[in-house]
Amino acid sequence: MIRLDCPHCGPRDQTEFNYGGDGRIERPGDDASLTAWNDFVYTRDNPRGPHVELWQHTAGCRQWIKVARDTLTHEIIAVGTMGDDIEAKIADPDRGGVEA
Amino acid sequence: MTHYSVFSLLKNTLGGHKGWPRAWRDPEPKARYDVIVVGGGGHGLATAYYLAKNHGITNVAVLERGYLGGGNVGRNTTIVRSNYELPGNTEFYEHSLKLWEGLSQDLNYNVMFSQRSVINLAHSDGQMDAYARRGNRMRINGIDSELLSRDEVREKAPYLSFENARFPIYGGLSQPRGGTARHDAVAWGFARAADLRGVDLIQNCEVTGFIREGGRVTGVETTRGTIMAGKVGLAVAGSTTELTRKVGLDLPIESHVLQAFVSEGLKPMIDQVITFGAGHFYISQSDKGGLVFGGDLDGYNTYAQRGNLPLIEDVMTEGVAMIPALSRLRLLRHWGGIMDMSMDGSPIIDKTPIDGLYLNTGWCYGGFKATPGSGWCFAHTIARDEPSPYNTRLRLDRFARGHTIDEKGSGPVPKKH
Ligand SMILES: Cc1cc2nc3c(=O)[nH]c(=O)nc-3n(C[C@H](O)[C@H](O)[C@H](O)COP(=O)(O)OP(=O)(O)OC[C@H]3O[C@@H](n4cnc5c(N)ncnc54)[C@H](O)[C@@H]3O)c2cc1C
Ligand SMILES: [Zn+2]
Repeated sequence: MIRLDCPHCGPRDQTEFNYGGDGRIERPGDDASLTAWNDFVYTRDNPRGPHVELWQHTAGCRQWIKVARDTLTHEIIAVGTMGDDIEAKIADPDRGGVEA
Repeated sequence: MTHYSVFSLLKNTLGGHKGWPRAWRDPEPKARYDVIVVGGGGHGLATAYYLAKNHGITNVAVLERGYLGGGNVGRNTTIVRSNYELPGNTEFYEHSLKLWEGLSQDLNYNVMFSQRSVINLAHSDGQMDAYARRGNRMRINGIDSELLSRDEVREKAPYLSFENARFPIYGGLSQPRGGTARHDAVAWGFARAADLRGVDLIQNCEVTGFIREGGRVTGVETTRGTIMAGKVGLAVAGSTTELTRKVGLDLPIESHVLQAFVSEGLKPMIDQVITFGAGHFYISQSDKGGLVFGGDLDGYNTYAQRGNLPLIEDVMTEGVAMIPALSRLRLLRHWGGIMDMSMDGSPIIDKTPIDGLYLNTGWCYGGFKATPGSGWCFAHTIARDEPSPYNTRLRLDRFARGHTIDEKGSGPVPKKH
């Protein structure tokens, strides 16, 4: 069981969340090229290791949150709100995450 | 090498089965091959076999980082079927099913292909209508299908929960030519047949990088040294993007874990492959007697070849809703494999924009049944530098062109396919 430390509700089981996929993708501007739109919809980095991803706390606060998780070990590296700078949290030596 | 036949069996029986030679060689890698296939799973081995058999290309190596058949080909629930609806999938999977029908003879290896039928259960009038449409569509495409009434299902599988309050069984859609095969035997059969035609099967040889000359891929770096190649084909299932990353090729692929389960052995009980129509659960019985079953993906990107508990609970719940007797059984083993989930749920067999590099990926949970067809088509694509008639629609650029093949209609969300 993966446990995610929801920044709004505290640590909860994965079964309360819905997985939203890669959290580093940015929506292109309306005038962006077709290639940029194709990448936004279809291309994924899919790393074997640290991965920033979106989860929605559907059975809790219903907020979307950002989670940095290692896809090989299931370690939760950092958790943050959508507005938080998750990359800074990953870099921070005193990480806030809860172990899987 | 021995030709397997009733005579070789008799001869070796008289010799106390001590005279069987090894099934394939264990060669040292050569400095150069015409074609290198990366990945010694079902697809890589089948590709090498058909390169040799159909195209006369025998200076071929299959490079496998572990042991042959240690990946998904040896981890799946062995279901073989071609009950698809969409162009792209229909012609490809039916071609593959036809190859299965002659495979044991072709390989001189018993892959134990058993056409015991695949039955999808329907739990409402609406679902029966949808199955009638799907069955008709299959027939129009020359694929066998049979709509079964509730009584016809009951005759075949009396132990199902027909009166279940939430999911009563209304009938089902059968593909009589579908069934199962012995997964390890498929890997071993293709390995032996490829080796017999001169293919080098190199195990414990991980590809760690690519050699490029003027943009073209001309070889691979491996844990057993550099090996040059005229062409390089990737058939590494869930590890695909870890390799394509090294040449800067972006893909519409996510890696997810799929779990499978086997129960203690029973006397014959389940004679077909049966799937639950009110969720995602499929079950069959192996020749050893164990019930082999599975369900959904765990649902998040992962490279860990092990699954998580919530999904196990989910699979068991669905299984017991469909066959209440399962609740009395003990689970013997469960395991996971890493799936190459594509953005539309359909596979990719194609050249890449990089010269000399060919791609076989996106198998989601359906790649075992595709094994012969995939090898056949990938060999054709590598040998002729163009797709065969069976994989013209399984191109990498279909996403950018807007020609996705989304059988389930769930959009670019890999965990949902
Ligand atoms: C639990 C489970 C149940 C399934 N059930 C079914 C089913 O019922 N029916 C069905 O049709 N399909 C099913 N599938 C899907 C099917 O098993 C796969 O789609 C198919 O096996 C993938 O192709 P493959 O056999 O070539 O993969 P694999 O056997 O995984 O082969 C890929 C090989 O590449 C090797 N490799 C990876 N990276 C490198 C590298 N860098 N260098 C060298 N080698 C490398 C790996 O070690 C591996 O051996 C299931 C899968 C799983 C996990
Ligand atoms: Zn919350």
